[in-house]
Amino acid sequence: MEYILIIISAVFVNNVVLAQFLGICPFLGVSNKISTAIGMSVAVTFVITLAIIATYLIQIYILNPLGISFMQTITFILVIASLVQMVEIILKKVSKPLYQALGIFLPLITTNCAVLGVAILVIKKNYNLLEGVIYGASTAIGFGLALVILAGIREQLELADIPEGMKGVPVSLITAGILAIAFMGFTGLV
Amino acid sequence: MAKTESSFKNMVISLTLISLIVAAGLGLIYESTKGPIEQSVLNKKIEAIKQVVPEFNNDPYSEMLRVPTGEGDSLDVYPAKMNDNTVGYAVTTYTKNGFSGDISLMVGFKADGSIHNIAVLEQKETPGLGTKMDEPLFKDQFKDKNPAETVIKVKNDGGQIDAITSATISSRAFCEAVQRAYNTLQEGGLK
Amino acid sequence: MNQLKNFTKGFIKENPILVLVLGTCPTLATTSSAINGLGMGIATTFVLIGSNVFVSLLSSLIPDKVRIPAFIVIIASFVTIVDLLMQAYVPSLYETLGIFIPLIVVNCIILGRAEAFASKNNVFSSLIDACGMGLGFTAALGLLGAFRELVGSGSIFGWKFISGDGILVFILAPGAFLALGYLIALVNRIKNHNS
Repeated sequence: MEYILIIISAVFVNNVVLAQFLGICPFLGVSNKISTAIGMSVAVTFVITLAIIATYLIQIYILNPLGISFMQTITFILVIASLVQMVEIILKKVSKPLYQALGIFLPLITTNCAVLGVAILVIKKNYNLLEGVIYGASTAIGFGLALVILAGIREQLELADIPEGMKGVPVSLITAGILAIAFMGFTGLV
Repeated sequence: MAKTESSFKNMVISLTLISLIVAAGLGLIYESTKGPIEQSVLNKKIEAIKQVVPEFNNDPYSEMLRVPTGEGDSLDVYPAKMNDNTVGYAVTTYTKNGFSGDISLMVGFKADGSIHNIAVLEQKETPGLGTKMDEPLFKDQFKDKNPAETVIKVKNDGGQIDAITSATISSRAFCEAVQRAYNTLQEGGLK
Repeated sequence: MNQLKNFTKGFIKENPILVLVLGTCPTLATTSSAINGLGMGIATTFVLIGSNVFVSLLSSLIPDKVRIPAFIVIIASFVTIVDLLMQAYVPSLYETLGIFIPLIVVNCIILGRAEAFASKNNVFSSLIDACGMGLGFTAALGLLGAFRELVGSGSIFGWKFISGDGILVFILAPGAFLALGYLIALVNRIKNHNS
């Protein structure tokens, strides 16, 4: 039951993009087409899950015992950056098709604040490893959901007659705003 | 200055050096801000205690008691004393039934058990609706009410508290937390 | 490049938020009031200045292939410094900004300036660049925060001059998207009009 609550809360109620404002850059950047949006979501889910396992173990077995949790930011970002590099290299060697599908998204993920944000939140919320992984994966699903919905709307928007100044980023932001209003309907669910 | 070549040795040396310098620097800053950080956390607690109980001249923080609630956990109770006479208690209490997560309050009781004042320590309620719990219009209803005589519940639930408009769940949770603080005082025999 | 031009470009022509649309996460998350927006802006500016100066000082010593990790370490350490200082001296602001303080480290503006400007220019130009970009960022955050606070709760810097509630949605999450969307549209409109 607890796990279901974590999932619903992370996907709908506290949607990472629409309610917590994490990962906005890729949210605006790769939401032109549904297919790229799906590729990005899969890559993010993959990296977030791995990153949480790595950062959680580092926090519990290195930072906490040494009493240097103030080094959290610096260690986490380095771990995430090298993890992304490693995933990229391994994918290239192991699975060519998967690499071709996800490869272009991976370098973008290091600066996706959702990854670092979720890693820090897992520690802040005092989750255990399993809860943390579930929370991370469902956050990533929430990210994917918002991304795919926005991409779907933006594909339609291309056919619409939009004033010159509103084209591109502004209209995407306003669409996201309306989406966020819709997602507010989920508050109070858990 | 010539650009350093990207040889393996140079890469290792430069990264190690940077990390070492950074680690040393951060260690120093951490040590020097440790005191002020602890102080500011403490100040916040003491500020809240001062707000909710009648005037006192002891150090409630060091005389803190941990009183079981009777529900399996316990709350922190800070006794406020004036010249060794107890004038009230500040109780940090919580509820898990807020609209979006936990609400944590500091409730001040006078020696007779009536409520002196309440401070909101932590809440994540909807801005503009549930957050109004920290405004006098809602909070001041509790002043001078004794939970022994007044039912600390919103009017919908048969109590005497006017709920915040469109934030009944937050108001209900707030009442629950206040009641928990009172129950704990009773449980501990402090009233 | 003329230093004055170097300084002012961050305000209008290359404003990181309104024109380059970088660092949107903290922009949206921390502008529920003018004071929060400014606080975030100043914290980011501090990190930007520190990292730009150090990157420019050290760039000739850092081998090219480990450039990015080295920059990230430098940026992350300034972020930690800001984090600790704010926790100690402005605890209430620290609490409101919360997780977005450590997240300054992944703000694209900072790594972007380190890579695109500081690693190629001297210390003084980098300092000026950081100040200009930082102030441009701060100004945009302050503006957005003030607008949202004004519309959402009828006050500016906590000073209330319209009684009643205002349009609540503007302090909530959706309002952030809407306000930034319209602000950028306005900037585009002005740019198109001028050219």
